[in-house]
Amino acid sequence: MAKHGMRVIVLTYLLFLLILPIGLIGWRTFGDGPGPFIDALTTHSALHAFQVTLVVAGWAVVLNTLFGVLAALLLVRHDFPGKRLLSALIDLPLAVSPVVVGLALILVYGAFSPAGGWLEGRGIQIIFSTPGMVLATVFVCLPLVVRSIVPVLEEMGDEQEQAAQTLGAGGWQTFRRITLPGIRAALGYGIVLSLARALGEYGAVAVVSGRTVDQTQTLTLFVEERFENFDVQASYAAALALAVIAVASLLATKLLRPKDGS
Amino acid sequence: MSETTKSTTATLDEKVATAGPDSPPGGKGRSVRPVGLGGGAGGAGGTAIGVGIATIFLSAVVLIPLAAVIWKGASQGPGGFWDAITTPDAWAALKLTVIASLVVALVNLVMGTLIAWVLVRDSFPGKGLLDLLIDLPFALPTIVAGLVLLTLYGTDSPLGVSLAYTRTGVVVALLFVTLPFVVRTVQPVLLELDKDMEQAAASLGAGNWTIFRRIILPNLVPAMLAGTALAFTRAVAEFGSTVLISGNVPFKTQVAAVHIFGQIESDNTAAAAATSTALLVLSLLVLLTIDLMRRWGARRG
Repeated sequence: MAKHGMRVIVLTYLLFLLILPIGLIGWRTFGDGPGPFIDALTTHSALHAFQVTLVVAGWAVVLNTLFGVLAALLLVRHDFPGKRLLSALIDLPLAVSPVVVGLALILVYGAFSPAGGWLEGRGIQIIFSTPGMVLATVFVCLPLVVRSIVPVLEEMGDEQEQAAQTLGAGGWQTFRRITLPGIRAALGYGIVLSLARALGEYGAVAVVSGRTVDQTQTLTLFVEERFENFDVQASYAAALALAVIAVASLLATKLLRPKDGS
Repeated sequence: MSETTKSTTATLDEKVATAGPDSPPGGKGRSVRPVGLGGGAGGAGGTAIGVGIATIFLSAVVLIPLAAVIWKGASQGPGGFWDAITTPDAWAALKLTVIASLVVALVNLVMGTLIAWVLVRDSFPGKGLLDLLIDLPFALPTIVAGLVLLTLYGTDSPLGVSLAYTRTGVVVALLFVTLPFVVRTVQPVLLELDKDMEQAAASLGAGNWTIFRRIILPNLVPAMLAGTALAFTRAVAEFGSTVLISGNVPFKTQVAAVHIFGQIESDNTAAAAATSTALLVLSLLVLLTIDLMRRWGARRG
């Protein structure tokens, strides 16, 4: 009896918080058939937003993957002073509000700061431009790759790597032939997590992009801007596209998730 | 002080234990260590280059920008900082953020544990799908989460429940984005829980409630609190999901992140930095508490 009671409470809670809202948006989008959905996503602004999103997320994921692998190897395989500090700092972005991330980058790389002014003088614009949006996205995704690889590296141990080195393999060869195959699934998991987060980032990008339609507007910014301008159809269509990406990445992470990992 | 000593001994023990069977007899086990990236460049040199690159990257993206926020926030001295965060609108936003996040954390503590319990101990058709859906709020972009909730609980709500531009709406949005935290921290602990103890207690005549309170709950509490604290920090920082549903009404539904956003938009970066610093300090305090709790739990465990 108590068991059924709990099941009912949980299912009701999830129904109203999670299932109904998400189901409803699909229904609203396709209420008039798929035609308006496709029309709304193939306007010039929507296509441009897709393109900006892909460029920003692509750069952010590449940078984040390189840094993630490097940092994970350092944390697990090397000893150096300040290692615990590095580990703590990598997790820091999770506790920072996206808006604060944006403000932080503006204060350092904005045109009125010393660093930003210097770069601007050399024709490099960071804030209100793609590099700033990439920086913001890298910031919010920072821990995802590192934290996916670290447990696997720890569990793998370094016996095989040592054996390879004894047999004369160089550092790069050892990494490519031994370490990389070992962490492949975890790395894939981390990359999918980062990609999903990067494609869906809103707050930090909203602050640093300047939100110029057809220039620095990502898909998430498009959702908000269309909604504020009462173009609900386009807003729902783009939101549904993002939701589909989210569900796909969720399924991908389930497949890639290391089986014995936490 | 004794804490530090203790943890040092623990790590030393671990090192000895891991080095144990593989280390050559009489060898120190530690000397055959540096491999992996940069091993070809010669151990220590490779490490130094790697640490250098990682430090520069981390500084450029995270450290210097965050330091700039705190620097800017504190640039007018403690008095100026205090004045900036106690302007009526900033203070109202901070207060709403903290109170709403506390409510959200408490609801998560109860509902999250209950959901984890049902997912682990109950079985019904569609449970696997439900388990998968729990992670959706993490995968879904926050602005989409806000839009999704506004569709159901907006002014033209098909349920006839309009939460748009209300504080309840803000809380619901925060509940949505923080849903997975407690569930996902409690679930693995519940899965690994040894049922023998519960059976022993039952055979000794304990009722269901007594078993839950005396056997299960004490095992779950650390995970429950850790998940709740994470949900709290996330709620404090949340921006995207609250933008649409809150309607951004100052003194009523404006949360701190939205307030900061408004200050940035109106070029008032000093005030934005002060409020940001307050949020950062709050989150760091909570994270520090989690860390201390974890160590306390590990020492007792």
